[in-house]
Amino acid sequence: MEESKKTILEVKDLVVSFNMYKKGFRKEDLEVIHSLSIDVKEKEIVAIVGSSGSGKSILASAILGLLPGNAKTGGSIDYMGQPLDDVRRKQVLGTEIAYIPQSVDHLDPVMKVGPQVVGVHSTKEKQRKMFQKYQLDEKVEQMYPFQLSGGMARRVLISAAVLETPKLIIADEPTPGLSVDLAMETLKHFRKIADEGTGILLITHDIDLAFEVADRIAVFYAGTIVEISPTEDFKRGKEYLRHPYSQAFLAALPQNEFQPIPGTQPYAGNLPEGCLFANRCPYVSDRCSGEIPMREVRGGKVRCVNAT
Amino acid sequence: MQLKVEHIDFRYTEKSPWILRDISLTIESGERVGIVGPSGCGKSTLAKIIAGYEKPTSGIVTIDGQPLPSKGMCPVQMIFQHPEYAVNPRWKMKKTLNECWQPGDELIQQMGIEKDWLNRWPAELSGGELQRFCIARVLSPDVKFLLCDEVTTMLDVITQAQIWQVLLENAKKNDYGMLIVTHNMALAEKVCTRIVSLGTDTNGL
Repeated sequence: MEESKKTILEVKDLVVSFNMYKKGFRKEDLEVIHSLSIDVKEKEIVAIVGSSGSGKSILASAILGLLPGNAKTGGSIDYMGQPLDDVRRKQVLGTEIAYIPQSVDHLDPVMKVGPQVVGVHSTKEKQRKMFQKYQLDEKVEQMYPFQLSGGMARRVLISAAVLETPKLIIADEPTPGLSVDLAMETLKHFRKIADEGTGILLITHDIDLAFEVADRIAVFYAGTIVEISPTEDFKRGKEYLRHPYSQAFLAALPQNEFQPIPGTQPYAGNLPEGCLFANRCPYVSDRCSGEIPMREVRGGKVRCVNAT
Repeated sequence: MQLKVEHIDFRYTEKSPWILRDISLTIESGERVGIVGPSGCGKSTLAKIIAGYEKPTSGIVTIDGQPLPSKGMCPVQMIFQHPEYAVNPRWKMKKTLNECWQPGDELIQQMGIEKDWLNRWPAELSGGELQRFCIARVLSPDVKFLLCDEVTTMLDVITQAQIWQVLLENAKKNDYGMLIVTHNMALAEKVCTRIVSLGTDTNGL
């Protein structure tokens, strides 16, 4: 990573917890994201992969200020070197920071798609051009969200986000429901936008697609990042990775060994002390029960005391 | 046993376009047939028709020559892509799991279902956790054919591999015939014994 590249987004030691009712009127804090740090530089695509329910989407919500009222956050989120607070969010969301949500439910159900995509910041011409690019018919403009197929809705969401030229795009699972060709094309478009200077945080399940376009890949597990490494290392094979979870992740792909490891991710309300992966890890030792810091190993970052 | 799909045509109303035209397909016990095709080509609709959730406009689905029974646990069971819509949100997981049969402790453990999940509401579980219940509840020895509609698309790859391991193991044990709908070609090649593609030209099925 060259130092000269400007950091667009920097998340440091983020903690997110939800205040929930436990039994009767007793309340309890459920910590779902623990001391998470990640940064996105300009011209860079950082992909986030990891187990379902590990908090990937919550990270996106935390950055965008979309967390529900019972959530508490700690740590810091900086955008262009300054804290991203509610006042700042008002100025930059929708213009400098764009969001591609995971679900079509984020569209307004009673507004036609065309005007919805144009929003308050853009123009109809730009929207037409973008719809053409994503093979959306002109008729689609006059449709309501419920009339769209899953793939069409996905393309509408993407075109809305890239209409203006944002500095940061947060994309939460932008590709499911798209055919392989269209998914590939979407990601190539992301790559092009990134090459022009935008930083992209790409949350995805589809590690193949992440391989194609990402510069770095962050692996999520049980609410924190266990490894951030250059995409190259993921492509070269699991022996080049640092954390045993990311190695297991790679081995479980159908195109690789398709071999699962036993166990499930620990529940947020019942986390073990020390390493969160210890109960499933083949290399577990006494050293794993203490605090596990993020450290640099071979040009990547890893949260494991045994990694070399 | 043999599950036979004969000359299925389907459309929602008399005015709407045809979704399926003259589809015929035979699945033997022990066979795992993968169905691939672009989105919107009718893969899920076909699975729903075979499972009896939709009535075909014309054509028939039979098991060993007999139409599917309309009472009792159907020997053809479907597992859906979105488990959150496939369970009753007002039932605790224990009730959902034991709706049709009592899965043994061994299966529950194999599925990675933790005891403490049984007393939770569906909303308190993640998609991957819910899907384990949706699969365990249909892996009964009375079931003969399983239809899997993108069952692991929403899950991470380790959970995906875990679930397929259990599914394949039980399929072998109970000699299920399976229909597997998926987008993921690598997965289809790994788990299916035969792959057919459903496209705009569906006559070749």
